[in-house]
Amino acid sequence: MDALDLARLQFAVTTVYHFFFVPLSLGLSILVALMHTAYARTGNEVYMKMTKFWGKLFIINFAMGVVTGIVMEFQFGMNWSEYARFMGDIFGAPLAIEALVAFFIESTFLGVWIFGWGKLPKGLHAASMWLVAFGTNISALWILIANSFMQQPVGYKLAEYTLPNGEVATRVVMDDFLAIVTNPNIFVQYPHVLAGGMTTAAFFVLGVSAYHLLKKGGENRNVFRRSFQLGAIYGAVGVFLVIVGGHDQAQHMVDSQPMKMAAAEALWDSEDSASLSLFTVGDEKDRDDVFAIRLPSLLSILAYNSSEAEVRGINNLQAEYEATYGPGDYVPPVAISYWSFRIMVGAGFLMLGILLVTLYLNFEGSLEQHQRFLKVLMVAIPLPYIANSAGWMLAEVGRQPWMVFGLQRVEDAVSPNVAASAVWFSLITFTLLYGGLMAADIYLLRKYATSDDIEVLPIPQSPARPVPQAAYSGD
Amino acid sequence: MELELTSVWFSLIAVLFMGFFLLEGFDYGVGILLPWLAKTDTERRQIINTIGPHWDGNEVWAITAGGAMFAAFPHWYATMFSGFYIALVLMLLALILRGVAFEFRSKDKNPKWRLFWDWAIFFGSFIPAILWGVAIANLVKGVPIDGRMNYSGDFFDLLSPYTLIGGLVTLSIFTLHGALFLNMKTDGAVMERSQQAAQRVWLPTVVIVLVFVGLSYVDTDLFDQLGVNPGISALGAAVALLAAGALIYKRQTLWAFVMTSLTIIFTVITVFRGLYPRVMVSSIDPDFSLTIHNASSSEYTLKIMTVIALTLVPIVLLYQGWTYWVFRHRITTKSHLEY
Ligand code: HDD
Ligand code: HEM
Ligand code: HEM
Repeated sequence: MDALDLARLQFAVTTVYHFFFVPLSLGLSILVALMHTAYARTGNEVYMKMTKFWGKLFIINFAMGVVTGIVMEFQFGMNWSEYARFMGDIFGAPLAIEALVAFFIESTFLGVWIFGWGKLPKGLHAASMWLVAFGTNISALWILIANSFMQQPVGYKLAEYTLPNGEVATRVVMDDFLAIVTNPNIFVQYPHVLAGGMTTAAFFVLGVSAYHLLKKGGENRNVFRRSFQLGAIYGAVGVFLVIVGGHDQAQHMVDSQPMKMAAAEALWDSEDSASLSLFTVGDEKDRDDVFAIRLPSLLSILAYNSSEAEVRGINNLQAEYEATYGPGDYVPPVAISYWSFRIMVGAGFLMLGILLVTLYLNFEGSLEQHQRFLKVLMVAIPLPYIANSAGWMLAEVGRQPWMVFGLQRVEDAVSPNVAASAVWFSLITFTLLYGGLMAADIYLLRKYATSDDIEVLPIPQSPARPVPQAAYSGD
Repeated sequence: MELELTSVWFSLIAVLFMGFFLLEGFDYGVGILLPWLAKTDTERRQIINTIGPHWDGNEVWAITAGGAMFAAFPHWYATMFSGFYIALVLMLLALILRGVAFEFRSKDKNPKWRLFWDWAIFFGSFIPAILWGVAIANLVKGVPIDGRMNYSGDFFDLLSPYTLIGGLVTLSIFTLHGALFLNMKTDGAVMERSQQAAQRVWLPTVVIVLVFVGLSYVDTDLFDQLGVNPGISALGAAVALLAAGALIYKRQTLWAFVMTSLTIIFTVITVFRGLYPRVMVSSIDPDFSLTIHNASSSEYTLKIMTVIALTLVPIVLLYQGWTYWVFRHRITTKSHLEY
C-alpha cells in the first residue's frame, strides 16, 4: 500500500473509532441532564441514583471521545497537508470555533459536574450538566458545518497564491461566512446525526435497564424501571426523527451528490419511475447486475416523492462528470456504498420495530413478564452503533473520488512529504493503542453497567444519612 | 490592514500557547511528580484529584491553539504537523493514555490496574512536557523547509543538542510549576514532599535555562532579532525565575507560583517576538521561511475569526477562572475523592 491508501485507512480507523463514542455522548448528556434536573427539583433519591448511575457511564464514554478527538484535530495537518493548504481558509474556521464555543464549555463544565457534588447548590450543579450537553451537541454542529462543505461546497471562491519558490497555486477562500454556516447540507445532516445520538443513548439505556430488570430482586429496581421509561420515550422520538431525517438526507443527496445515491442504490442506468433495490449482487467492472430484487417505482418516490420521476444512473452520471471535470473515474466503490446504506436503513427499521413493541408492552404494563423481549433489548445495544458507522461509510465513501466535492480529489489532498513508513508507524501505533483502550473501556462499562451498587451521596436535607467514604471506591 | 490582522492572529496564537503552557504546565508537572511524591494509594489519589476538575479544560487550550493555527495560518498548520509527524504521533499517544488514565485509574481496585494507569499518567505527562520544548526549539532554530513549504527532513533532524535542551527546559519548568501547584493544593505529607521537590528542581532548572539561552545566542538568530539587549520580556522571565527560587525557600508558595507563571508567560513572549514575523524558520533558505504573510488565511477569514475570538476568549477566561475559585480548597487525604 502506498502512503495515500494508508492515510485513507488511518483516517477511516481513527474517525470510525472516534465516532464510536460520540453518539452516546451526544444523546446521553441530555438524558443525564434531564435526570439531574428532576433530582434538583424534587429531591427524590431515585432521580439522584439515576443521575449517578448513568452519569458514571457517561463519563467513562466521554473520556474516550475526548482523547480520540485530539487525534482528529491534528490529523488533517499530518496526513492531509495539501488538503489543509487548499481548504484551510474555510475549514480551519469552524474547527477553531468548535473549540472556542463547544470544547471549552463541555470540558470545563464536565469537570465542574464531576467534582461538584456537595460543593455546588443543586440547581447550579444540574445547570453544569446542561452546559456539558449544550457544548457536546454544539460541537457536533460546527464539525458538521466543516464536513458539509466537503459534501457541498458553498460560499467560497478560488484564489491564487504564490509559493516561496515562485510557483503559483490555487486554494479556496471564504467568500461568505454566513453561506458556509447555513449550508443546505447542514440542515439535513445535523438533525440526522443528533437523532442518531438520541437513538444510541436510548438503546443503551434500554438494554442496560433490561439487564437489571431481568435480575431477581435487584436492589434498585425502581431506578431502572424509571430509566427504562425515559429511555423508551427518548428512543421513540429519536428513531422517528432519524428515519424522517434520513429521508430528507436522501432527497437532498439526489440533488447535491446524485452519484452517491446512484451508487447507494446500485442504479447503473438512469430510470424513469426507478425501482428501489432490496438486494443486488452487482459486477462493478461491467457495471451490471448479476442478481437483483427491486421494488418498482419506490426509489423515485423516495427521491422525489413522485412515482414518475427520473433518477440518474451511474453510467449517465459518469459521462456527465467527464464532460464537466475532465477524464477520470468518478464512480465511488459501489458495493460499500450500497451495503452500508442497506445496513443503516435496515438497522433503523429494526429499531423502530423494537421500540414499538417496547412502548406497547410498557404501556400495557406487562413488560417485566416478557423476559425474552428484555433479552432482545440487551442484544440490541449494538444496533445504533452499526447504523452510525454505516452512515458515515456511506457519506464518506460515496463521496469518492472527491475529498471536497467537485473541487479537490483525495489523491491531491494527501501530504506529499510523509513517507509510507511513517504512516505505517502511526497506523499500527493507533490501531494497537485503540484496541487496548477499547478492551479497557468495555471492561469498565460492563463493570459499572451491571453493578447496581449505586453510590448515594448525603442528600443535603437529611444530614443524618451515613456518609460513604471515597466513593469511586478506592483505598 | 492585512498586516495588522495577521499580527493580531500571531499574537492571539501566542496568547493561546501562553494559556496552554501556564495551565497544562502544572498539570504535566503534577503528572510527572505523581510516582515520586506519593507513597500510598490514597496519596496518589490526593495528587490526581488536585487537577481532576481542570486537566481537560486546560488541554483544550492546545486544541484551540491547533484550530486557530489551522484557521489563521493554514500553511503553518500543514507544514508543522506533516513535518513533525513522528513526534506528533508520540505526543498523541501520550495524551491519549494520559486522558483516559485520569478517568479510569480509580474505577477499579486492582493494584495492577492502578499501577498501569499511574505510569500512563507519568509518561503521558513527561513525554509531552519534553516534546513541546523540542518543538519550540525547532521553530526557533529552523528546520529544512523547501520552496513548496514542505518539511523535507525526517524525525531525527528534529533532534539536536539544542532542541533536546529545549525539551529539558520545558520539562524542568513544568515540573517546578507543578510542584508549587501541589504545594498549594494539598496538605500533610504530600505538601511537605512537594516543598522539597520544588527546592530540588529549582536550581537545575536555572542551570538548564542558562545553557539554553547561551546556545540560543550561538545556534539561532533568536536574540539577533531582539538585539543584544534581549528586552523586557527575556529579562522578566529571568527575574521571575530567580525570584521564584527565593520565594520557594521562604515558603511563599503562592507568590512562587505567580513567579513561575510569569516565567512561562515571558518566555512565550520572548520566543514569539524572536520569531516574528516568521512562524517557522527555514534552514534551507531564509526566503522559504513561513511568515505571517505567506502562511496566512484571507483577510476576510481573519476578520471573521478576529470578531469571534475576541468575543469568546474573555468569556472562556471568566468561566475557567470561576472553576478555580469553586475548587480552591486544599485536597486532603480525607477529602471526598472523585478520581
Ligand atoms: C457529530 C458529532 C461529531 C463528529 C462528526 C466529530 N466529533 Fe469530535 N467530538 C464530538 C462530536 C463529533 C463530541 C460529542 O463533542 C465529543 C465526543 C465525546 C466528547 O467527549 O466530545 C468530541 C470530542 C472531540 C475532541 C476533544 C474535545 C475535548 O477535549 O473536550 C476533539 C479535538 C474533536 N472531537 C475533534 C474532532 C474532529 C477534528 C472531527 C472531524 C473529523 C470530529 N471531532 C468529528
Ligand atoms: C466522525 C464521523 C466520521 C466518520 C465515521 C467518517 C468516516 C470516514 C471514512 C470511513 C473515511 C474513509 C473513506 C475511504 O477511504 O474511502 C473517511 C474519509 C475522510 N473523511 Fe470522514 N468521517 C467522519 C467525519 C468526517 C468529518 C467531520 C470530516 C471533515 C470535517 C471528514 C473528512 C474526511 C476526510 C478528510 C477523509 C479522508 C479522505 C478519504 O479517504 O476520503 N470526515 N471518513
Ligand atoms: C432508516 C432510515 C434511514 C435513512 C433513509 C437514512 C439515510 C441516510 C442518508 C441518505 C445518509 C447519507 C447522507 C449523505 O452522505 O449525504 C445517511 C447518513 C448517516 N446516517 Fe442515516 N439513514 C437512516 C437511518 C439511520 C440510523 C438508524 C442511524 C443511526 C442511529 C443513522 C446514522 C447516520 C449517520 C451517522 C450518517 C452519516 C452522517 C450524515 O451524512 O448525516 N441513519 N443516512
